[in-house]
Amino acid sequence: MGQIKINKPGLLTTVQDLGRYGYQQFGVSVSGVMDHVSARLANILVGNDEQEGLLEVTMLGPEIEFLDSVVIAVTGGDLLPTLNNQSINMNKSILVNKGDKLSFSGIKNGCRSYVAFSGAIEVPKLMGSKSTFTRGKIGGFEGRALKQGDILTIGKQSKPLSSLAGKENLENLYKYSNNIELRVIMGPQEDAFTKEGLETFLNNEYKVTNECDRMGYRLDGEKIEHKDGGDIISDGIAMGAIQVPSHGSPVIMMADRQTTGGYTKIGNVISVDLPKVAQAKPGDKITFKKIELKEAHKLLMDLEDKIAYIKEQCMKEKEIIRTIKYNLKVNGITYDVKVEELKN
Amino acid sequence: MYDKTKYLTAGDKALDMEFGNSISEQINNKIRSMAEAIGTQDIKGIVELVPTYRSLMIHYDPLETSYDQLVDSLKELENNLENISLPAPEVIEIPTLYGGDYGPDIENVSKHNDLSIEEVIKIHTSGEYLIYMLGFTPGFPYLGGMDTRIATPRLATPRTKISGGSVGIAGSQTGIYPIDSPGGWQLIGKTPIPLYDSQRESPILLKAGNYIVFKSIDEKDYLEIEEALKKGTYQYKIYPKKEESDDHGAN
Repeated sequence: MGQIKINKPGLLTTVQDLGRYGYQQFGVSVSGVMDHVSARLANILVGNDEQEGLLEVTMLGPEIEFLDSVVIAVTGGDLLPTLNNQSINMNKSILVNKGDKLSFSGIKNGCRSYVAFSGAIEVPKLMGSKSTFTRGKIGGFEGRALKQGDILTIGKQSKPLSSLAGKENLENLYKYSNNIELRVIMGPQEDAFTKEGLETFLNNEYKVTNECDRMGYRLDGEKIEHKDGGDIISDGIAMGAIQVPSHGSPVIMMADRQTTGGYTKIGNVISVDLPKVAQAKPGDKITFKKIELKEAHKLLMDLEDKIAYIKEQCMKEKEIIRTIKYNLKVNGITYDVKVEELKN
Repeated sequence: MYDKTKYLTAGDKALDMEFGNSISEQINNKIRSMAEAIGTQDIKGIVELVPTYRSLMIHYDPLETSYDQLVDSLKELENNLENISLPAPEVIEIPTLYGGDYGPDIENVSKHNDLSIEEVIKIHTSGEYLIYMLGFTPGFPYLGGMDTRIATPRLATPRTKISGGSVGIAGSQTGIYPIDSPGGWQLIGKTPIPLYDSQRESPILLKAGNYIVFKSIDEKDYLEIEEALKKGTYQYKIYPKKEESDDHGAN
């Protein structure tokens, strides 16, 4: 239990969870984290349920002051996190004390970091989710991005802080690069494109433009040719759908996408590669590779196995073989020191 | 409507059942039947359904079901759709204050169609409008069935802010803005009823497959309804749609 205070909000810091499902038929966007894998790992590292509420930090990180002690973990894009101006490790759970300040000093790679807190961020669930959908002013913290002075509540952690700190994920599941290959399942409107159009899409490099946000990533490159324009009768849009309007430039639809849309979708980024999109920045280069649905599902299962393994490692209690107590005297002050020998 | 429904992949976690390539009540009826049929079954792995004009998007969890398994189950349901007894759609009444500050473009509509303002209101309130789908913003209904006698092109310059509850016309479509948003529709009136209210038990008022009717109210009614909504005493007027002999020709 505790509180955190936002001293500086950063570029775009929002409360998210894995998304608001079940309301797309009513026109409510799913929202939720852009990079599902990093967010789940952050929660796993601090002993939370994977789907819990945490902070999504974008490019320019916030400064967060801890009003109580809590265990945190930072995952995803490396925005060079520091605690009281000392750099800290990514992908590791760290005990922070009352008065400590977490900030970010730049961008090493990627674009979005996830900060999880043991006990998770407590905001009211709206339509079953803690996610913020800023365009609709729905959910999260007052339906908006965090502002200076906001105070957020952290729930009760699953275990004592001391046993939650020090968990580390050494598995490097993603390498965030400026040259990104995205694997795609073709369709649902593959037929709306000429043979040349399909070849253009699969054989050219596309650059991420400045118009990239939680709603979608607009790309720039060779124009993709339609048979008869890019308009369709509106239908549903899945996460990672690659829309190509009549102008011929692709747009990858992300977390805050509309639930329905009237443009042709040439393909859909596979789930396993969506974190790569979430971590892409303006100027990054993207190529598309077609794969079959069965292969995409196999890749997803492999990824889930790896996440399950990481979770298992993090859940392991440390096994103490023996405890030795010392009595130390430093600069005239006496300390009782306890050392635990751990089983590897 | 297609002779054979198309099953289209939409990434590795969704598929589209596409029933046709036009906007029709017949296709919509089939979508509604299919959604109803899925609702009565406990098909493993289905996450949520999104009905649209001519297709039904099915979001699924590939860790719970394989694509082939899912499609087999769906095809079996589709083959037995005649056995689905579809409940009568509901009609919800939308009290609307027409003209004045509430509907500043009603004169555009009357001039464009050479009708009096009273005639515009009479025509607009006489139809039952099918909610084909919701999208664009939370709770925004795509409505069918507007009388073309009041069709009017969009504003040349869209407004940057239209307040939630505004009722408008764009071409041969009519609709209601659920929340404040920009837009180019000709605004003819406003309803005090919120289509989206995060505090209501069902935050979204409308549902695809149901119908709405507009009822003309005066300013006194408007304020009374607003007051009743605040107190939580407003009774939404919802009733089952009467069957018409020429309706629901589908299957």
